Amino acid sequence: MAEYIFILVSAIFVNNFVLARFLGICPFLGVSKKTETALGMGAAVIFVMFFASLATHSLYNYVLEPYGVSYLRTIVFILVIASLVQIIETILKKISPVLYNALGIYLPLITTNCAILGVAILNIDLKYSLLKSLVFAIGSGIGFTIALLLMSGIRERLDTADVPESFKGVPIALVTAGLLSVSFLGFSGLFVSFIK
Amino acid sequence: MNKFILITKGIIKENPVFRLLLGLCPTLAVTTEARNGLGMGLATAAVLLCSNIVIASFKNFIPNKVRIPVFIVVIATFVTIVEMLLHAYFFQLYKVLGLFIPLIVVNCIILGRAEAFASKNTIIDSILDAIGMGLGFTLSLILLGAVREILGNGTCFGFTLFGDGYVPFIIMILPPGAFIALGIMLAIINKVQGAHS
Repeated sequence: MAEYIFILVSAIFVNNFVLARFLGICPFLGVSKKTETALGMGAAVIFVMFFASLATHSLYNYVLEPYGVSYLRTIVFILVIASLVQIIETILKKISPVLYNALGIYLPLITTNCAILGVAILNIDLKYSLLKSLVFAIGSGIGFTIALLLMSGIRERLDTADVPESFKGVPIALVTAGLLSVSFLGFSGLFVSFIK
Repeated sequence: MNKFILITKGIIKENPVFRLLLGLCPTLAVTTEARNGLGMGLATAAVLLCSNIVIASFKNFIPNKVRIPVFIVVIATFVTIVEMLLHAYFFQLYKVLGLFIPLIVVNCIILGRAEAFASKNTIIDSILDAIGMGLGFTLSLILLGAVREILGNGTCFGFTLFGDGYVPFIIMILPPGAFIALGIMLAIINKVQGAHS
């Protein structure tokens, strides 16, 4: 059990997907202007990460690995993720229009989000079991959402701040992300004995 | 002259990192050293060149409706080839770049060039475009890597630049340094451009 908690906490704080691993920078800069959109995007990412991990992990361990074609993983994973996002979109539209309205517009953006492919590949590289990869996926998604939420909160205030002309827009957002990342460095001492 | 512009526009006017803000994930992640930036830049440029050639050659046979999946499969194939080559011949670099080699697939520069350029232009033009964009990406990565390495470690491409008295600015080679360095560099570019116009 302790191992699962460790995976979860380390994915959220210590190796935060955005601020320490640099995955999903595009949506992090693109959709972090308002808190509601940040929350919607975060929820959609957690959702897709969970199902993408389930699909890619099973496919890798039961199909690619036994047949000795594990080198095809990049091609297979990107296609699986792209079709999975389509399937999720269609199913959501049918069974839960409420959820579809909340997440719908973010789903197509997610296909080319490197955080999703990143979590699928990391699951394999870190040799996680199916259950561990699902926990890791949820943790990574939550970490992404937290980073996005914090950033959107700061950016809403930045709008009214007096920023030098040349720093307006992306430059100040990047510097802000840097400072946010400094504060997340503080968590790196949390599991010193585990991280090698 | 026209062909020459195709190459140079990727380096300055439409620089993928500093002007179009594409491919930021690998840009921020691997630039702890100028050398890693060079490796990542060349790997991406190689994939871009090959996928542009293939897509430009087959553009008339690819049905319009399924073009994006086709592009992705072509790109993913070349990424796999580059990954295997790096694993076999440049193991050190392969270990440093790690996760970001397979993630070249989702680098928006490559799909962007396939969709916006290679699927509409001739093979020669697409090759020149890929070289320009690839060079622009590589140079940006080297520049960011060099700035971070010099400030954070006091070295450039592994060569020590300063005497013993130099106290490195360690934060620059840690994750926060990537964001801060790129943010400040973008601001400087904005400033310079503002002065020009």
